[in-house]
Amino acid sequence: MNDFWIILTASLVACSCSLLGCFLVLRRMAMIGDAISHSVLPGIVIAFLISGSRDSFFMMLGASVIGLLTVFLIQWFNQSGVQSDASIGVVFTALFALGVLLVSVFTRQVDLDLDCVLYGEIIQVPWETIQAFGIDIGPKAVWALGLVLTVSLLVIGLFYKQFKICAFDPAMAAAVGIPVALFHYLLMGLVSVTTVASFESVGAILVVGMLVVPAATAYLLTEKLSLMIVYSMIVGVLSAVLGYGMATLLDASIAGCMITVAGVLFVAAFLLSPSHGIVWRKLKQRTQSKRLAA
Amino acid sequence: MFAYLFDMLRDPNAQWILLGSMLLGLSSGVLGSFAYLRKQSLMGDALAHAALPGVCIAFMLTGSKSIFFFLIGAAAAGLIATFGIGYVTRHSRIKQDSALGIVLSVFFGVGIVLLTKIQHGGSGNQSGLDKFLFGQAASMVLSDVITMAVVALILVILCGLLFKEFKLLSFDPGFAKGIGLPVAALDQFMMFLIVVAVVVGIQAVGVVLMSALLITPAVSARYWTEKLGVMVVLSGIFGAISGFVGTLVSGLGSNLPTGPLSVLAATALFIVSVLFAPKRGLAAKVLERLAVKRTVLRDMQRQVQVQSVRQPAHGTGEEGGL
Repeated sequence: MNDFWIILTASLVACSCSLLGCFLVLRRMAMIGDAISHSVLPGIVIAFLISGSRDSFFMMLGASVIGLLTVFLIQWFNQSGVQSDASIGVVFTALFALGVLLVSVFTRQVDLDLDCVLYGEIIQVPWETIQAFGIDIGPKAVWALGLVLTVSLLVIGLFYKQFKICAFDPAMAAAVGIPVALFHYLLMGLVSVTTVASFESVGAILVVGMLVVPAATAYLLTEKLSLMIVYSMIVGVLSAVLGYGMATLLDASIAGCMITVAGVLFVAAFLLSPSHGIVWRKLKQRTQSKRLAA
Repeated sequence: MFAYLFDMLRDPNAQWILLGSMLLGLSSGVLGSFAYLRKQSLMGDALAHAALPGVCIAFMLTGSKSIFFFLIGAAAAGLIATFGIGYVTRHSRIKQDSALGIVLSVFFGVGIVLLTKIQHGGSGNQSGLDKFLFGQAASMVLSDVITMAVVALILVILCGLLFKEFKLLSFDPGFAKGIGLPVAALDQFMMFLIVVAVVVGIQAVGVVLMSALLITPAVSARYWTEKLGVMVVLSGIFGAISGFVGTLVSGLGSNLPTGPLSVLAATALFIVSVLFAPKRGLAAKVLERLAVKRTVLRDMQRQVQVQSVRQPAHGTGEEGGL
């Protein structure tokens, strides 16, 4: 049963992250996802210190505020003349450093480990359950992540057309009257909330990996956005399941194994994808050059 | 506290550690300015994360915590990572940001798998390996500190010797190629220098935040000047101050990791630069705007006066028309 809960948690993380990751990859903002996933840490710690509890609501609020602040600061520095990648680097390292420092200073009050910040404690998920009407209804993380996934699905589903145009052609989106900035911040808000919900169970690194790697893998497999989202979710869940298997085999970090598997899947797609894979393209080139020679 | 600081400054071991982290900050600041101008700031982040599996494999193979073997392992991992990023962006439709994200997270994931494997294996010598994530300068052995200081110094000297080449490479690689410089080799060499800076910084600052020492001082220095020479020097000084302050404050408490403190010191310098730098700073911009407003207002007033002197009867009518 514990295995089931862990895999379910990881799959939920994988689904929510890869859903949003598709849009990040298309808008060339993969590193902003990386930045947000690091910079929410001080938000989590401060919310924890103020509210004094691991109440997920406060944490999500605090971290979402910091997440949006990150995006805002990055854009502000970028507009005032700092290169975009450098402004990402400055903002998130500063906030992450602040978070790490807060964790190590208030290490008694904050029940967070520095290692756990990076690679989470998914192994403890099944033990932190919640109860409704006196019945144990499963781990808290599963409910929180399920809720976040539902919200993301609802928002993306409702405004699918708008998000799609914004992802492929922001200029055209602005021209036809879509509030591009609003949808940008909406997407970033969803990324922050997802990051926070995933943070405690899987840590900053798995969030980054799950945001970028499955989406990039799916990007190599299809030309349609809807299919890309479905494929990336499948890749994400697959890496969660296989990664858990690998972790139990090797007795190593679960989050680390899951990203490793996602990386292997990406390399497989990179080499063998029917439309964009290196191998097929090389073969096609060879047959074509042979035909030309003959 | 001051007595403690005084003690620390007199302790020869602490002096070495302080000197080492200053030199580390100096070298990463200098290298970071070139990386910043070449729009490769986040490359440092990816390389720093990618160094982790290299360090772990080096430890697994040799069983020793010698900085020399770590350097080899991390340099190999860093070179594979840069090659991977370049290969993926060139041979598929994946853009550089995604490629960076993929390499960064996958390498770090592999690194964590290896790290937990080492920790669970319990070979006895592995304690302190987890310090690599966030750095603890105070726990360094004297020989490692000396290695770090020497390597950092060599990096700075190399940058000084190749300053002209790197300058050309940063601003106009096409021209550099045109006059016969080995651009690809220089490019790889600069990448290698960044990898070395990251690796020697691992024990003091940690892999997670090492990239900040490459990025933040350079961005801060860019606020103050338009000349590369000045920028490199300033960035080096900012880096050295950050390293010094971070190490000093981290020595005050037993549980304070050095990396985040150095990064926060660098960030404080960055905020000062954003606010008070001449010309580009926020305060200078506000003052400039006020000055422009004042001169424009004065001119307008003068015009109105002149007009009203010339045509006293129509003056009011024209103003209404404006």
